[in-house]
Amino acid sequence: MKDTLILAIESSCDETAAAVVKNGRTVLSNVISSQIELHKLYGGVVPEIASRKHIEKINQVVEEALKEADMTLDDMDAIGVTYGPGLVGALLVGVAEAKAIAYAKKLPLVGVHHIEGHVCANYIENQDLEPPFLCLIVSGGHTHLVIVKDYGEFEILGRTRDDAAGEAFDKVARAIGLGYPGGPKIDKLSKEGKPDAIEFPRAKIGDCPYDFSFSGVKSAVLNYLNNAKMKGEEVNPADLAASFQKAVVDVLVEHTMLAAKDYGMGKIAIAGGVASNGTLREAMRKACEEREYRFYHPSPIFCTDNAAMIGVAAYYEYQKGTRHGWDLNAVPNLKLGER
Amino acid sequence: MKILALDSSGMVASVAVAEDDTLLAEYTVNYKKTHSQTLLPMLDEITKMTELDLNTVDAIAVAAGPGSFTGLRIGSATAKGLGLALKKPLVPVPTTEALAYNLYDARGIICPIMDARRSQVYTGLYRFEDHKLVTIKKQWAGAAADLLDELNEMGENVTFLGDGVSVYKGKIEAALKVPFSFAPAHVNRQRASAVAALGMEYVKAGKVLSAAEHRPDYLRVSQAERERAKKELLLGDTSKKQEENV
Repeated sequence: MKDTLILAIESSCDETAAAVVKNGRTVLSNVISSQIELHKLYGGVVPEIASRKHIEKINQVVEEALKEADMTLDDMDAIGVTYGPGLVGALLVGVAEAKAIAYAKKLPLVGVHHIEGHVCANYIENQDLEPPFLCLIVSGGHTHLVIVKDYGEFEILGRTRDDAAGEAFDKVARAIGLGYPGGPKIDKLSKEGKPDAIEFPRAKIGDCPYDFSFSGVKSAVLNYLNNAKMKGEEVNPADLAASFQKAVVDVLVEHTMLAAKDYGMGKIAIAGGVASNGTLREAMRKACEEREYRFYHPSPIFCTDNAAMIGVAAYYEYQKGTRHGWDLNAVPNLKLGER
Repeated sequence: MKILALDSSGMVASVAVAEDDTLLAEYTVNYKKTHSQTLLPMLDEITKMTELDLNTVDAIAVAAGPGSFTGLRIGSATAKGLGLALKKPLVPVPTTEALAYNLYDARGIICPIMDARRSQVYTGLYRFEDHKLVTIKKQWAGAAADLLDELNEMGENVTFLGDGVSVYKGKIEAALKVPFSFAPAHVNRQRASAVAALGMEYVKAGKVLSAAEHRPDYLRVSQAERERAKKELLLGDTSKKQEENV
């Protein structure tokens, strides 16, 4: 059978990325141009600056991805692109670029949901993984617990009611002066601290046991810091980071395990930027091992925003016959499972 | 020489194909629908209508700014994607220059004004000399009031055009002491045909870029950068070092 090759483009936040993916499972190239150093100056991603950087880098990134794969556009079968959710100005750069390339080369265009891409990152290094499975998606903008029923088909069991998990990490990191991005910094600092030093709340949502809430634990950390400051007490930032991280990870793992049991799922995957958090990975691995579930997770390079995962998602959408028109627009608040 | 031109710098979305002194097709829409949804379908339409093989195009011209930041990026990303896929050079044409080119051989000063909000305009000053467009003052972002003072000092006839006219018409009529007029509907907004025709002159002058090199010319830094610069000015240059590292 002839190979199916997809060039994928991703520009939903602060990484400009392009990749070439073969048959939905083999990554031939995965180029990421990160703007993180630039946004650090502002303590978070500045949408206008992100959009400006995307347009400066996009052609170089696409050309690099083709070169690394040792391919040309003539070898491609389709162009995949993230069209939501994300920052609208940032998304528009990738969408306009992808549409123009597809149009000029007369190739089919496949729009991809960014979160569907994150889920699909699991297929890259786990050739045996196939739906159905349970997936926890955790990033700076998203916290979802979903059943992947089939390729591109999701049943959302739980979501965050307020802050995304990664957002809570960023806010706490800022409060203890670690800077942006908070996730990796808290993860690192936690290794020197005691996770049971401070007891932070684990929120439970009454009407939906799979939903999350992280604003409570975030506020508890901020209150703890304020109280200590007023009393003139010294705070051990490592203990604080470790205890906060433990509180978040406990809830993520607990809700995932509850859903696995309730829905009889034996395969558990994690996805999204926070999925590269060492403590979360370890806790999830242990919990799965105890219950004899198979545990899947992408390497950190496929957890961060990247285009390889978009290429994988685009492949399965392409196989299902999904095609987008030349009027494809960026949809900043695109819902999972929406077309 | 065949040029494909795009202009999505303002409310207008416009696509044109010109070959030497012939305009083969132009599609211009001045409507609120987003350029992301209109620009490529418009190109598709004229490509079909004129049975155009995109590979026969010599260069892709694009209104490169100023304008709406998002609009500029949609035009630029479209041009960059086309340039990359077709292996064609890009011709970035300053938006106000292309606007001025709408008024070929007009007498006096041509002054395109685009609303830049905060009482400012994007503008430039042009005239035709020996049937060639000459830049009197390169496009800039500045206070509308300052522009009018400047035009009064120059003491010449002025023709205004651009989407800034509807915003500043009253101010112009009140403040301007020199004879002036406003361009009519068919030539007072961005037109890709002008970008294409002027783009051809740019190509002849060797002013082309690779698709990878091109980026829009916003004439303004982002709000976040502006605020940060202001803060730094207040704090002294303590964080200067940090900036240099970027």
